[in-house]
Amino acid sequence: MRMQHLRFLFVLMVVLFSLVLPARAVEPVRIGLTPTFLNERHALIADWRTYLERKMGRPVTFVLRDSYQDTIELLHQRQIDVAWLCDCPHVTANPEIRLLATPMFQGRPYYRSYLIVPETDQTTHSILDLKNKVFAYIDPYSNVGYLTPRYELKKSGADPEHFFRRTFFTRSPRKAIEAVAVGVADAASVNSYIWETIQQQAPALTGRTRVAARSQEFGFPPFVADHAFPTKDFRRLQQALIEMSGDARGREVLGKMNLDGFALPKPEIYRDVQEIVRFMKSN
Amino acid sequence: MGLFDLSLRHKLPLWGGLLIIITAVAITSSNLVRTRESIKKNMLVRSEILGRALVKTLYSAVSQDDVWRAYEIINFPMHAEARQPSFQLEDFVVLDAANQVFISTASKQYPLQARLETLGPAFILLKTRFAQNDGHMVIVESDKILLGIPLVADGVTLGALVLVHPADYYQASFDRVLKRTAWTTLFVLLILLPLSWYWGRRMAAPLTLLAEYMGEPGKKLPAPLPDRIYPHNDELGRLFQVYDQMRRELSDKDSIERQMMKSERLASLGRLTAGIAHEINNPLGGLLTVVDTLKRHAAPDPVLERVLPLLERGLTQIKDIVGALLVEAKAKGRALTGQDIEDVHTLLTQEAKKRGVDWVWDNTVSGEVPLPATLVRQALINLVLNAVQAAGSNGHVGVRVALGEGHLILEVNNDGRDIPPELMEHLFEPFTGQNAEGHGLGLWVTHQIVEQLQGDIMVHSETGQTRFCVTLPLGEETWPPPSA
Repeated sequence: MRMQHLRFLFVLMVVLFSLVLPARAVEPVRIGLTPTFLNERHALIADWRTYLERKMGRPVTFVLRDSYQDTIELLHQRQIDVAWLCDCPHVTANPEIRLLATPMFQGRPYYRSYLIVPETDQTTHSILDLKNKVFAYIDPYSNVGYLTPRYELKKSGADPEHFFRRTFFTRSPRKAIEAVAVGVADAASVNSYIWETIQQQAPALTGRTRVAARSQEFGFPPFVADHAFPTKDFRRLQQALIEMSGDARGREVLGKMNLDGFALPKPEIYRDVQEIVRFMKSN
Repeated sequence: MGLFDLSLRHKLPLWGGLLIIITAVAITSSNLVRTRESIKKNMLVRSEILGRALVKTLYSAVSQDDVWRAYEIINFPMHAEARQPSFQLEDFVVLDAANQVFISTASKQYPLQARLETLGPAFILLKTRFAQNDGHMVIVESDKILLGIPLVADGVTLGALVLVHPADYYQASFDRVLKRTAWTTLFVLLILLPLSWYWGRRMAAPLTLLAEYMGEPGKKLPAPLPDRIYPHNDELGRLFQVYDQMRRELSDKDSIERQMMKSERLASLGRLTAGIAHEINNPLGGLLTVVDTLKRHAAPDPVLERVLPLLERGLTQIKDIVGALLVEAKAKGRALTGQDIEDVHTLLTQEAKKRGVDWVWDNTVSGEVPLPATLVRQALINLVLNAVQAAGSNGHVGVRVALGEGHLILEVNNDGRDIPPELMEHLFEPFTGQNAEGHGLGLWVTHQIVEQLQGDIMVHSETGQTRFCVTLPLGEETWPPPSA
């Protein structure tokens, strides 16, 4: 009788611990976000997090930083497991990093660079028209916000260092649009996805700018994961993202993000960007 | 007529109003000048506080060449405080160490890297000032009002933050104060001016009234003031009191003068009459003696017998009149008693009855009074006879004889026709009576008697009531005097 009691107590404790311990052991998936327009939309991020947590059955944390550099650093230091580096060309070429998912924008995994000028400027049609003007770069690690315009200039034989009268960094594509809208900068080059999304959600801001030129298509910036990120979790997150377009809640969040869904990444769509990086490095 | 000759009625309110307006304008303008200074100071202090708050964060943005962060720093306050109408901040301009535009809140107006001297006169002035005041805040007032705060850290100047205000930076705030002050002043004036007008009129009213009453001094007596025209006891009140007193004294003086002239006239008349009477009396006595002698001793002569009585009657009449004119104060006789008064009553009752006069005789005197009986009786008889005659048929006559303190009072009144003013002047002169029956000597004689007894005679006549009042001082010694 006494032994039976003890055994019951032991079983009860095992059951209780088994309920408590795994819960404590589950680490959240840490997703780093760069300063896209998303950084200012906390309600959307909260919705997205809730959605992913439910879908993956484990906690998710979004880590927001103000520059591409900071987020890349976090990834390298394994402070985050996954990063969505909007528009960062260097990451895709990095062998340490695995591509996790590619967003679908307007039905395709591509985006462009928009050369924007103030709405009052009706004469500029190419970056080459901007000699001695003030140009707003986004971030030294940005593809369309830094690399592409400089590439265009260089390709035409101009010296990107001295072509403009003055350049500065705004650290976020939204602020680059703002700088052009208020006239601080004469032009900026921004992610088409960001510009179109703002155009849809806050047309007053983009309305004060004009798209003067559109670049070729580039592969849409993917979700990337550190090598140390466990494959099981990698798959779960990948699946959760790809399945977002399959249910109503997911589509609602995607709608707010102005995306159609996520797809398995194809490395070949990033080759053009890697070409540009290589060209800029070699010249 | 000049402005200063205007009536006080207009002058006081005008001056009062003018003074109030001058005061209001003076106070208001001095306040406005002060307010303008303080507005200017306050606004500059406010700008400086805002500028200094920004400078700290700007320094790091400029030192890191972070144009956009600098823009965000200066752009933030533009949306809030700087746009308030009382603040009037046009723009921020951040300058770099080379005095070029690093960033501004209006890139069209102040393009990036534009040189300071291309930005307008105020900025040219600002450059010179910065050079003079190394590392210190400068204020420039030109086509714009600029407040330049250097970006200094650790002794190194990285540039400057310039707050650009419109040239009428203070004007808008000042205009608001000006408008408010103008309305307040107007409101105060609207209250004060009618008050001052009312006060001025009120102050002037008694004075102008006084001037009106004063009339033309010297020509006629000032008119008496209405009662309680100015009941207060200030200088004005005293003026009114003095006016009243002066008017009373003038009127007293006037009546005294008239009285004196009258007395003097009467006195000289008395002397003249007495002289003439004496001069007539002596030959008259002789003539009467001659008539008497002729009556007794002359041979009978029919002519004489017919003429002599005529002559005698004529001479006797003259003697009567002369006797009446000669009032002898030193008349010897006994002292007056109550009985003497009653005798007069008895004596005249018949006369009164005959004339149908209703009379009241009120005598409270009994016993001896130290006054000569004959003279008092005669005076009383004269007065009563006059009254009886004046009262006429169905008239009323009142006689009162009483002893006052140290004097005897004879009061006779009647309700007959009153004495006209022109007669009043000469009432006590001989032969002026309005009575056809008498010889006009009654009042003259009465006056003479009263004069000689050093008494007073007063006459009061209004419609339906004429009253003579004689006051005779009682002699100290008993009458007749022991020496007599």
